[in-house]
Amino acid sequence: MSRKYHVTATVNGDECEFLCEAQQTLLDILRDELMLSGTKEGCGTGDCGACTVMVDGTMVCSCLVLAVETEGGRIETIEGMAKGDQLHPLQRNFLELNGLQCGICTPGILIAAKALLARNPDPTETEIRYWLAGNLCRCTGYDKIIRSVQAAAKEMREARS
Amino acid sequence: MEGVRYEAPDTLQAAVALLAGATGTSRILAGGTDVIVQMETDLVEPALLVDIKKIRETREIAGENGGFRIGAAVPAMEIVEHAAFSKAWPGVVDGVKLIGSIQIKGRASIGGNVCNASPAADSVPALVAAGAIARIIGPNGMRDVPVEQLPVGPGKTSLAKGEIVVSFFLPARPAHASDAYQRFTPRTEMDIAVVGVAVNLALDAGGTCTAARVALGAVAPTVLLVKDAADALIGTRLDDAALDRLATAASAACRPIDDKRGTKEYRVKVAGVLARRTAQQALERARKSR
Repeated sequence: MSRKYHVTATVNGDECEFLCEAQQTLLDILRDELMLSGTKEGCGTGDCGACTVMVDGTMVCSCLVLAVETEGGRIETIEGMAKGDQLHPLQRNFLELNGLQCGICTPGILIAAKALLARNPDPTETEIRYWLAGNLCRCTGYDKIIRSVQAAAKEMREARS
Repeated sequence: MEGVRYEAPDTLQAAVALLAGATGTSRILAGGTDVIVQMETDLVEPALLVDIKKIRETREIAGENGGFRIGAAVPAMEIVEHAAFSKAWPGVVDGVKLIGSIQIKGRASIGGNVCNASPAADSVPALVAAGAIARIIGPNGMRDVPVEQLPVGPGKTSLAKGEIVVSFFLPARPAHASDAYQRFTPRTEMDIAVVGVAVNLALDAGGTCTAARVALGAVAPTVLLVKDAADALIGTRLDDAALDRLATAASAACRPIDDKRGTKEYRVKVAGVLARRTAQQALERARKSR
């Protein structure tokens, strides 16, 4: 019988509790225990960024965080991005501009792009490409992803002014 | 099967006691970007994980005697975003900036980059050139050692059982002193150094180099501190002849392997070219610093 740890954390604003083994990653728990399967597993070794989430305001690969480490933490996943039926401007622009094909990398890219725009509402193309360098997409060739982020950034800046 | 035991003590003493008392394999957990991958790929199956991030001394960047003390568990992103540290030690920050993606930098710690003991670790040549001193605590108390004495081979450190790297001290800077780190990779991002070079130097008011340290990464089983390369710069104004001697000394110090990133001959050649470029960048920065 493996040792289990009891963890209490906030996920997308809701307090939640789970039991985990020490070696289980946050990605395992999000997908298999909390049934939040929007976060995808790509490589499982921190190379691809598909499992990107925010933990305590920091963008991380959830495959490289142990669930037990998140005790008392604040976790934000793709499931928290839309407000009810209203998509986030990034989500809407990715749909409208075809910033995805198979979609596996998309949740991670949306989380990463949102973190970028929170720090820098008007990034250059180069800044976007460097910020998203840890998010691999094997379908689009990135161009539509970059254009979707730029369009969302513009829309969000205009909404604010 | 008991499974992995996870502990997150909030004092150094408690962490040392846990590690010193462990019977099976134990690992220190800071950012986890190496150890979790090793666990996931069954390279290591620890019985005990000691998370050191709740220990204050490992998580702070603090001023000390005009220099800085950086906690070993401070993630790369916090170092990159620390304005005063970036101004004082831009070369160390050059290295830290190259540790993986933004996601990886949000977790990966400077202590982990040193203790993972990769010959290609990007922050290590810059820390060695900076003269950084690691503070280590263990069952026999505290000791301070130069960073270059920590890695002893790929994946191996000089730490004894129960010992933890707590922090790194980087000394105060005189005027007209600066550093730089450059690495060569086929891609601009998300790659592992073929060669890395760090140069740390100080100039007098007339622009003559009075002190220098040069370190090379990815060209030997450990990061190398190359005295001959530093001696080529000291007493000069980094004119072409001095830079030629630097390049020759850097290439001569290399003991590289052939691998998919480059042949021995290629690494030896690139080390000289990169040493020259890095010294010129450090020189430019030193001229501007006060």
